[in-house]
Amino acid sequence: MTSEVPDNAQAESQRHDDGTKGREGAGKASIWQAANGGRSGEPPPSPPRPVRTPQNTSRAFVAKVVSVAVILVAALALMALLLLATGHPVGPALQALWRGAFGSWYAITSATITRMVPLGFAGLAVALAFRAGILNIGAEGQLLMGAVAATALTPMLASLPAIVALPMLLVAGAIAGGAWAAVAAFLRRRYGVLEVISTIMLNFLALYMTGWLVRGPLQEPTRVNPQSASLPMPLQLPVLLEGTRLHAGVLVLVAVAVAVWWWLAHTASGFRVRAVGANAAASWSAGGIDVPRTAFGAFLVSGALAGLAGSVEYTGITFALYENFSPGYGYTAIAVALLARLHPLGVLMTALLFGALEAGANAMQRDAQVPSVVVSVVEAVLILLVVAADRWRQRTQSVEGGT
Amino acid sequence: MIAADGASDDGSLPSEASRQKISLEYESEHEPNTTPALALTQISKTFGAVQALREVSFVVRPGTVHALLGENGAGKSTLMRVAFGMLTPDSGTVQRKGRPVTLRSPADALAHGIGMVHQHFTLVPSMTVAENVALGGHGVFDPARAADRVREVATRTGLSLDPEARIHALPVGAQQRCEIVKALARDVSLLILDEPTAVLAPSEARELLAWVRRFADAGNAVVLITHKLRDALAVADDVTVLRHGACVLSVRATSVNETQLAAAMIGQAQVSTDVLGAANERRTEILAATAPVTDASSTAAAHRGDRDRDRNRDAVLVADGVTYVDARGVPRVKSVALSVRAGEIVGLAAVEGAGQHELLRLLAGRLVPSSGRIVRPETIGFIPEDRHRDALLLDAPLFENLALRGAGARTGRIDWTAFRRPSAQVVADRDVRTPGVEVPARALSGGNQQKFVVGRELAEHPTALIVENPSRGLDFVATAAVQQALRDTRDAGTAVVVYSSDLDEVLQLADRVVVMFDGTLREVTGGRDAVGQAMLSAESAP
Repeated sequence: MTSEVPDNAQAESQRHDDGTKGREGAGKASIWQAANGGRSGEPPPSPPRPVRTPQNTSRAFVAKVVSVAVILVAALALMALLLLATGHPVGPALQALWRGAFGSWYAITSATITRMVPLGFAGLAVALAFRAGILNIGAEGQLLMGAVAATALTPMLASLPAIVALPMLLVAGAIAGGAWAAVAAFLRRRYGVLEVISTIMLNFLALYMTGWLVRGPLQEPTRVNPQSASLPMPLQLPVLLEGTRLHAGVLVLVAVAVAVWWWLAHTASGFRVRAVGANAAASWSAGGIDVPRTAFGAFLVSGALAGLAGSVEYTGITFALYENFSPGYGYTAIAVALLARLHPLGVLMTALLFGALEAGANAMQRDAQVPSVVVSVVEAVLILLVVAADRWRQRTQSVEGGT
Repeated sequence: MIAADGASDDGSLPSEASRQKISLEYESEHEPNTTPALALTQISKTFGAVQALREVSFVVRPGTVHALLGENGAGKSTLMRVAFGMLTPDSGTVQRKGRPVTLRSPADALAHGIGMVHQHFTLVPSMTVAENVALGGHGVFDPARAADRVREVATRTGLSLDPEARIHALPVGAQQRCEIVKALARDVSLLILDEPTAVLAPSEARELLAWVRRFADAGNAVVLITHKLRDALAVADDVTVLRHGACVLSVRATSVNETQLAAAMIGQAQVSTDVLGAANERRTEILAATAPVTDASSTAAAHRGDRDRDRNRDAVLVADGVTYVDARGVPRVKSVALSVRAGEIVGLAAVEGAGQHELLRLLAGRLVPSSGRIVRPETIGFIPEDRHRDALLLDAPLFENLALRGAGARTGRIDWTAFRRPSAQVVADRDVRTPGVEVPARALSGGNQQKFVVGRELAEHPTALIVENPSRGLDFVATAAVQQALRDTRDAGTAVVVYSSDLDEVLQLADRVVVMFDGTLREVTGGRDAVGQAMLSAESAP
């Protein structure tokens, strides 16, 4: 095999010839450069497609729910297999998982939902970015920077009333997350650095910076533990149910999720974000949308949502900053967003599910001596299954591709 | 087949000397020992409803250069993809050196000594020449041996090339030499070159053609796909012309001149009615069923009468000294002046690569000119040729696709009901076959997608409309509907610019025709032949 030219490679080179200059070499036009003037040469003729029996929206919705359910069942089955293979009793382990997640009122409110909140915010961040065609893998770093900003701001707000100071802490986290994302967004827009790479790198930067900060500038006054001073009681998010750890952050999460959904679905700028993610070339050519600017803006909002995850977690649960502040919430959020099919309200559901899995994993480790990484494996498999299902769906529909 | 038996009149052809044997009959008995290097017999290929090739026969004699000519979409590339194993023909046979072969892949073709250099290079820019040439080989990669191989092939064939150079650092001409060496390194004796001179500077092109000649004289064979008549006549021994997927001319190069080739490529009026006769009949029937205006050509004629009356209509779209240089520094549009009046269709004719796509986007405001001035009306519609890429959000419902137009300037909240109703209107007005405006654009057939795009761009009665290949990939029914929509828009007072790679479509639609050649634009009067000439040669271009 030598000079054999796959059709797409040829189309690719044509696109380059024609000035679209997709820097990342993806099949579709980059969202980061104005997709103007690109055109393909003589396209290979393609067979006309049969007109598909149209599906209505509700049927499509049902199909989505069914596919998510199938994926979940498959993941559970896999977990059972995994437990069998590693020689753990399946029954007790799953029981422990369930107990840890939903077994008691306390488990639901203090374990599952408290984990759902950061996962939800970060999941919204990832979902929004992906909807705009941005592969923001940096929710973890943006979350940490949100927490760092809130921590750093805490001493300065001591004199303010909580009703003013608490929102300021949350907003500071969002701004810091957005600023952290802005670094990757700028690198991408200006120099074409792939955001997948830069956000991962920035995650490490944020992680180690946090580690240094809690041993240095932000360390608690006694300088004994590598963590920040405790957040004063008045600045903590109010607890919703006495005797649990259920805090007001969950209400903020629901409100923000609805707001993001409404913004994407019902505003002009939200529509632009969706259009750019769906087809950057057409967004410019048919819609006159400033594609790089729209993508940049969406990246910042995504970072802000992840930053909010950090400041909410700080003011709602941890009340201090320390090195392992986030047990990988920003990464799990990718699974949360994908399983939700990038739908903001779906994120609430999948964040709850993953919150339950994480809570259950702890209980499983404690009560059934099953390492909690088993759940991590299941989460990873979930991502793969979702991606595979999407591919499969595209494959089955691709009969209708072509011009 | 049309036998063009006109005498050769162009004495200035450089390779005249190399063509001793002049014969008018294609299969000559005077050459007894010439088993064809490649013989394609009765090749047919259909893509869906489109017959790309109909019973095309094509014979390449050893030791010759065979030019394969034709307009865009005439089937040149399809035929050669068959020869290179990239496509399997529906019917017909392929013979290599007299023996029937079945080519299932380019690897098969290479094994039979058939190589192809594509118009768009298939090199890895960050790799060296030697690495690119070695690509696709098997076993261990030895850089020194690969470099030696390149040097050996380069010396043997007289193509100078530095094996250690990285592709991205090489000029286009050298990249092309690398492509050729890549093929020759696999002992190819039949080389197919797809538009090899399209990317080259004139001096490089001359050099390449001279090399092609020498390569053939050494006993190899070359197929030269081109739409440059000059190149073809300068270097080729044989010429074959395809038109609408059929072979219309296959002769010795000495027996034809440029005018005859142009006539065969563009097709004489006679030919075109023959080929399109059935189509036009069908088209008329359909129009009779759907629209009050049945005879497209008579409408155009009637309108041409009106046009004199409308001479003093305002020019609404004016380009003045517009130049566009693309990102690689290549000038695509060279100081173009164009003025389009309200209520006229200006047809743009050009062969591929003349800068027409850039000009259309400049006019539509999708590209910014490097210099010059464009006066554009407030509302302007744009119908691009690649609707999947440039016009639609395939997975979004139709009403969101309607909302896409103008999305860049919109602010605040979107009331979707305000888009559902006009979407339904577009669907009804344009006869878009869809169960509703909630279905994604992907669910529609190509024709209905295009009707929707046309309807969207016309929904707000734009002052000007820019159209690129409006009927690409559409069947006759949809084509007729789209063309009628363009005429109706014109009659309603919109200034329309239409480009089509199908010259007949341009002529059918246009009130006047402008031709683009190598970045320059000029108006052409005087019918099909004059337009065809202007598309194909710089001869009379300014």
